[in-house]
Formats: sequence, C-alpha cells, structure tokens
Amino acid sequence: MNNTIKFKIDGKEIITENGKTVVEAAHQNGVYIPTLCNFPGSFSKGSCRMCTIKVNNRFMTSCTTPAAPGMEVESNTPEINEFRKSIIELLFVSGNHFCPSCEKSGNCELQALAYRYQMMVPRYPYSFPLKKVDASNPKIIKDQNRCVICQRCMKTIKTEKGEHYFAYLKRGNVLEVVMDKELGKEMTDELAKLAMENCPVGSIIYKEVGFVEPIGTRKYDKQPIGSDIDV
Amino acid sequence: MSKKVIATTSLAGCFGCHMSILDIDERIIDLVELVEFNKSPINDIKKFTKKVDVGIIEGGCCNSENVEVLKYFRENCSILISLGECAIMGGLPALRNGIPIEECLNEAYLNGPTVKLNTAKIIPNDPELPMILNKVYPCHEVVKVDYYLPGCPPRADLIWDALVALLTGTEMDLPYEVIKFD
Amino acid sequence: MRENILEIISNYNNDKTRLMDILHDIHSIAGYVDQESIELLHQKLRISEAQVNEVISFYHFYNCKPLAKVNIYLNNSITAKMHGREGVLNAFRNECAVEEGGISEDGEFGLFTTSCIGMNDQEPAAIINGSIFTRLTPYRVRELVKDLRNGKDIKELIYEGDGGGRNALPEINSMVCNNIRRRGALLTQDYLPFEITKKLLPVSTPEDIISIVEASKLRGRGGAGFPTGLKWKFGRKAEGVHHVVICNADEGEPGTFKDRILLTEFPELVFEGMIIAGYSIGADIGLLYLRYEYKYLLNFLKGLLDDMRSKNLLGKNISGIADFNFDIRIQLGAGAYVCGEESALIESLEGKRGEPRDKPPFPVERGYLNYPTVVNNVETLASIPKILKNGSDWFLNLGSNDSAGTKILSVSGDCNFPGIYEVEWGTTIKDVLDMCGAYDVQAIQVGGPSGALIGEKDFNRALSYTDLPTGGSMIVFGNKRNILKNVVMNLMEFFIEESCGSCSTCRNMPMVMKKKLEKILGGRGVESDIDDLLSWSEVLKVSRCGLGQTASNPITTSIKNFRHLYENLVQKDIVFDTGFDLEESVKDSCAAVGRQPILHNL
Repeated sequence: MNNTIKFKIDGKEIITENGKTVVEAAHQNGVYIPTLCNFPGSFSKGSCRMCTIKVNNRFMTSCTTPAAPGMEVESNTPEINEFRKSIIELLFVSGNHFCPSCEKSGNCELQALAYRYQMMVPRYPYSFPLKKVDASNPKIIKDQNRCVICQRCMKTIKTEKGEHYFAYLKRGNVLEVVMDKELGKEMTDELAKLAMENCPVGSIIYKEVGFVEPIGTRKYDKQPIGSDIDV
Repeated sequence: MSKKVIATTSLAGCFGCHMSILDIDERIIDLVELVEFNKSPINDIKKFTKKVDVGIIEGGCCNSENVEVLKYFRENCSILISLGECAIMGGLPALRNGIPIEECLNEAYLNGPTVKLNTAKIIPNDPELPMILNKVYPCHEVVKVDYYLPGCPPRADLIWDALVALLTGTEMDLPYEVIKFD
Repeated sequence: MRENILEIISNYNNDKTRLMDILHDIHSIAGYVDQESIELLHQKLRISEAQVNEVISFYHFYNCKPLAKVNIYLNNSITAKMHGREGVLNAFRNECAVEEGGISEDGEFGLFTTSCIGMNDQEPAAIINGSIFTRLTPYRVRELVKDLRNGKDIKELIYEGDGGGRNALPEINSMVCNNIRRRGALLTQDYLPFEITKKLLPVSTPEDIISIVEASKLRGRGGAGFPTGLKWKFGRKAEGVHHVVICNADEGEPGTFKDRILLTEFPELVFEGMIIAGYSIGADIGLLYLRYEYKYLLNFLKGLLDDMRSKNLLGKNISGIADFNFDIRIQLGAGAYVCGEESALIESLEGKRGEPRDKPPFPVERGYLNYPTVVNNVETLASIPKILKNGSDWFLNLGSNDSAGTKILSVSGDCNFPGIYEVEWGTTIKDVLDMCGAYDVQAIQVGGPSGALIGEKDFNRALSYTDLPTGGSMIVFGNKRNILKNVVMNLMEFFIEESCGSCSTCRNMPMVMKKKLEKILGGRGVESDIDDLLSWSEVLKVSRCGLGQTASNPITTSIKNFRHLYENLVQKDIVFDTGFDLEESVKDSCAAVGRQPILHNL
C-alpha cells in the first residue's frame, strides 16, 4: 500500500492515492474546495484562483498542486474564504452578469458560488464593459459578457486531431475566449451541447432550446454548490 | 411604541419588486400592524411628510429624475434598502451600458425593429423629460445604501423576513432558497 | 507568397513549438500575418486558426493586419514621459498626420504606443522599423520625418557610432548609448573570453564547478534571488532525456537596461556563463531569450555564436571534453513583459502565449518541452566566468554579509547622469543618489513597477537581498514630480497593459484599483478609499506569478511611504462619497438632444 498518501486539510485527515491533486483528494474525502476553472479529467491551469489553499504559508491552487504525504493544507479559513469571495465579486463586476436574463441561471457555477459565499452585492464598482456576442455559429452563441475565462471549453472541446475549437484572443484586461470560425462550422450537435454543459456560466449557449428547466428544479435552486461533496 | 415608517419607490424598475412586496399575501396585515407607509406608489403619497425609518428602492438610476428621487430618499430615510437586481446592479436597463446615448435613442425611437408608428421620426425632447444618464447606475454607486435584497424579483419570503428582522431588531436566519439573483 | 510561407513553415519542420520564429519570419517577408498564412499554419502545424490568432494577438509586435511603410513605436515609460514624450508624440502626430495607435491615410506612417523599451537613460526613445532612436526631440522628429518622406532609408538616419563601444560595429550599427558610469568586478575589462571553457572545464567535474558556484553564494540577479548553485544542483539531479539552460534576456521591467549593456559589451561573458551552466547541469540545449526590443543586437549575437561554433566552443565535444555537446539558439521575443517570468518565458519558447505556469512542477524538474531546465538571468550568467576565474572567496569578499558580489544598477529619471552603475551589495540608496548626481529627490522607484516606491526615510537603507532587494532598476523622481497622478498612474497602466490575463485576480483587480485612484485624483475620494485600496489589493497575493502578485505595488507602496499625498487629496469633511457626478453623467445626453435637465429640488 505504498501508493496511499495521507495529509491534512484544516486538520482533517485526507487519504488518497499518489498522483491526485489536492482538490481531487479533498473531494474524494468529503471536503469541498470551491473551483471554477477546474474540470475533472482535463489538464488544470489554475486560472480562476478560486481553489486557492495555503501550504507552508504559501498560497497555491489546489487544482494544480499534487497531494503529498504529510502536507498541512489550510482551506476553509476566514483569510482564504475572504479571497474566494473577492474573486467572485471581481468576476461579477468585470463582466456583465445579468442573471435574470441568462439561460444558465440556476445552473451557473459562478452564481452558485456567489450564493455559497453569500454575496449580496460586490464591494467593487461595476465596470459594465462593452463586450461582443458572437451568434454567427449555426449551433452556438458565444457571449463575451458572461465569460469568466476559465479555459474549460478550450481544454475540453477539441477535434479528433486535437485542434481547439476555442482559444484566447488578446491579453490582459481585454482577454477573450473566442470560437474558431472555420472549425465551428463543422461542430457536431453532441460537441456543441457538451460545450454548453462544460461552460460553468452562460457564455456558451446552445441555440434553439432554452429555459427548459423551471425555477425551483435547477441544479442550485435548493442546495448550495458543493453540498454533494461536503460531509 | 410608535409604528416604524416605510417608504418605497420604483426608479428604473418594472414594479416587479413592488409586486413581490404584495406577494407576502396575508402577512401584509401583520405588516400594517408593524409599520405605516409614507411616500410610496402603494398609497400615492408624493412627498415625504415625515422622517422615514426604512426606504425601499426598486430599480437603478437611468435618468436625472431617478437620481433626484434617490437622493431625496437618502435624505429622508434612516435606512435605505436596494430591492432587487436593478437597484443592486442596474438589471436589464443596464444592458444599454457602454452604448453611446445617441445610438440608444436612435435605436429606441427611429431604427429599432419594433418602431412602426414614428413616421415623423421624432425623438421625444420635451423640456420636462428627464435626461438619460451616460449609463444605468446601481443605486449604491449614486448614494450610500445600507442593505441589499437580491432577486428578480426578490422572493416575498425574503422581503418579509428581512423587514421583520430589521423592524424588530431580531436576528435574520434566511434559508438558502430565498436568496437568488433571478 | 504562399510558396514562401510554406517554405518558412517547412524550414522549421512543421514544428508548432517554433511558432515564434515562424511568425517572425513571416513578418520579415510580409510585414504581417495574413489570413492565408493563418490558414496554412492551421493546416501544417495542426492547430486551429483560433490557436494561431491566440499567439499572434498576445504579443505586441505581431500583427494580423498590414501596418504602414514606416512604423513608429514610441514607448510610454514614466522616464520617457518625464523627458518630453508628449512633445515628441505631438511632433510625430503633426508631421506624419497620424493619431496615436493608427496609420496615416496615405499608409506611410504608423504611430503606436509600446511599453518601456529599455532605453530609460536616453529617453524619449522609439523603435522605428526595427531601429532604435533615442533622445528624440520635436526638432529631430521633424527632420526624421522629412528625410523619410524624401525616400531615405531608416538605417541611413541613425547617427552612426554615436552610442559608443560596440554599438558602432556594423553588425549593430546603433545610436544606443552604453552610459556605463561606474565599473565594478563584472564590468571591468580583465576578462579573457572563454578562458574558463578552454582551461578549467576540461580539468573539472560538473560537481566541482557547482560547488564553487554554491560557495560563492551567488544569487539570481533578475530580482527573485534564488541561489544559483542550488538551482544548478537541482537541474543536474533532475532526470530527463535532455537538459536545458536558458538565459533570460527578456529584460522588460521598466527602468531596467543593464542586460542591454551586458549583451552589447560583454556577450562573451554571458555565453560563457551559459556554457559553464550547460556543463554543470549536463545540458545539451542552450537558449537565449532576447526581448524583441533588443532585436538590433540579434545579428551581432548570432555572429558571435557562429564564431564560437567555429572555435569548438559550441557544438560537439566542446574544448575537447568527451560528450560535452552543447549549443545555443537565440529566441527572439515579440513584446510581452510577462515573458520575463521564467515559466512564461518557457511557454513562449515553446511557441505559445507567454502565460506563466503553476508551480510545482518547477522548471528545474519540468521546463522547456518538459526537460529539466535551468533559467538564469543575463547578469547571473555573466558573473559565473569571473567567479570561476577569481574564486568564490574573491566573490564573497565583495558585497555585504548577506549578499555577495556586485549589482549592476540601471539608474534613470531626475538625475544628472543616468546610466549603468555597478555597485557592491550593501551600498545605500543615498550613495547611489550621490553617484548619479540626484538632488532634491522626492521618491525613488526601486526594482521597477513590481518593486517599491520609497521616500527619504528609506534612503539610508542598503541594497541587499535582506534589506532592499532589487533587480537593478532605480528611477529617481524630483520634488516637482506629481507622484500619484503621473508616476503611480503610469505604473498601474503598465500592469494593466502587460498582464497575460489568465488569473482572475491580475486580469481585473489592477483596473478596479486604477479607477479608485482616479476617483481620489478627481477630488471625490474619502479616507476609507485609501484603506479600500490597501485591503482590495490583498487578493492579488493569490495570483499565479510575480507580475500578478505585485501588480498593486505602485499603489500599496506609495500609500505606505507617501500616505500624506493621498490624505491631501481626499475630502476631510465627509466620510462617504460614491463619486457620482450628475452633471458629468448627463453630459452625453445633453449634447445629444441639446438641452439641460430640469431639476426639481425635491
């Protein structure tokens, strides 16, 4: 059994296998660490910083940090939770997140995180940036207003050859995730639906069907995000 | 004990939040026991007649009149509550933010797909009309706001629980389901 | 053209990790990357067009639209602004009939803004069609544009040899000045090139070399200060089919220009440092990442490498040491400050956006193409041959107790003699000010925008890894400068421009803070706004890389050291102000409909 790793998160013993990241190990053991850009089974890049933890007085992202024996991880502390809430608020003010008119509302991970961290209003001023909506693709709408630049579509939606349907454009404050016009034309229905599903927010919307689930039955209507993990 | 005084208004809103206040159903009778209403569309009092304890604002600020009314509320209310998404973050009216005013006016009155009857191509410009702001502002970016009740509209239960807690000074224990942004 | 592009791509064996070079080559024949080239890259490199655009749009000096015949990149560093950038900009605008960021109607002139180009001791400076023009004035601009309109080539307009030293070599032919004001152990001309490679390496084991470097207590000179010997040890220990040495010459920290001098006057030291590092860690691949702004040095450096190859200083069995095979390739950057971060630099070397990686794994474990990789700063590597020549004790005797050796400072701003000063660690700020002739000093930006803005109370502090660490940039601000409006604002704009955008924190927070600072500068701030700036900045700590983690430093360090400047600006009689301005917010609609609002004084 030398493949087993034991370490601690907020004092609680975590048992996992070699090769797992801290967030995977935590979720295996019933400890919820909030994530946004992390997507099971795809290479993590730690871009949303939601899953920040503290190890040896250093901040790291739990989706990129491999679990190591004897590690002492701080996660659910006032300091770190405050950072997480700040990040949620930052994402709200730096895009245009009009929940009432968004199809993803109720199933949106950003919104669900805001509920979990009890954001009533962001502390930062809204920036109301002017962003584009690209509806040129026959199957998908890519709405930059709602994009949180998590890279999940970039990492998971690819052709058989491994080419990416979605990629970054520009950098810094005006960074966007855009769709490849040519590849997008040939996208299958399954892939288009998967793209919408994998998007944590309402930035990728599958065309022609919408608002199927009534309020009250959506994923985060009754239970906070992470309650399937928390024990 | 004298009754607490409440005032309400709808700025750039749809009155949906006010409808949700009415959605507290029979509890409205209890509410009347707790409070008296001053300036509000519910009783159509136009001007404040006394100092108000709690002012409830629906809608954000999209024009100069909204700003004036909001400031008027701030001056006359001890506590100000932003009720609903529009008051909190601009809401649907704020979808125009970032688009130049002239383009907005042209779209609304001249070029929009639903513009049919304006054959004289008139953009309304009566001196009494308030001026549109460069963008729709959340209320707390214009005056100080003390509390926020999100939702579109905020659930009646949320409004009720929050008001009772505020008026009676009791702790508020809100269930997860009632705080929603839609 | 199609054939040419295909040829370029096949020159690099359809290898997508060489995308940087492919794009540079396309630019050199076409001036920009057109849609057809993007399609070809998509087909040959097996990445989508969107992925190609992702790389092109990340770097400042790649374009997917045609530019003008003459393209002027005027840098907007704070020192450029202090030395008359505005006048120069206006002269370009008038003479070329072009607005900043645009191309003139006749297609002759393009005028663009770029971040610091490493010429702070000779500002205002610009890159015009790849050549550097320094010490620009409105008069000089008028002359330049007139000559260009008369059909002269840009190369003819350089004041040849004006820069002194090797700048006058035909391979460089630049008017850039060295301005070496003070020489220490590193910049003293007592060095016989490749003496160590020829004499010491053949009789030493890699472990011998590493132990000398370790004993010298040399630490990274780029700013982070990691012990070099230890890094090499890790690199040697890590397993991999190849090992890699990278020289980080992506000197982008505004106010820093020391690497430019080292690469102009002492490139042999740098290259020899790389060879020694290669020998020590068992590397066969050497890469020097040269920032695009120093492209004018590229041919010169390439020529040196060719010369070294012909002398068996690179290639197989170097200096006759069996199986010591090592070569150096120069990778030209394309304009991105964040690439100075070592893992971003590696991403860029692999033909991608320069986006930092999360650590672990560290580059010494998995770096360039996942091989164990040691990344060292130019100055660090240049120190190596001297340490091996003179011994670790010699080096330890230089500097202060906790920081061995010397540090090359790049001094600019309000001083009589801007330029390069090599000082021993332990030198105080006060001494540096006295060296460069700086009087009536209000503040100094130490270590570039990611460093700290310090005031008089800190002038007695010493430059060292424990007291006041620095990558070497010192920008001096005199008493007349408006620190918040001009300096802090400029540095914040720099971070906003140069963030890669990947982290939610660094992509968004600097802009939020800049707006708050604007509120204070506009007279609408209150005391709590100052505290908000401090507390809001905290979340940047969880950013992935040093750029993000320090992106609020211009504001936070200026609040710490110059809080009174903020206090002077905020309103004293009120505690709360949203900053909302009715008059301002109805300005557009008043203009649109031609009337003023009627206010009812409710």
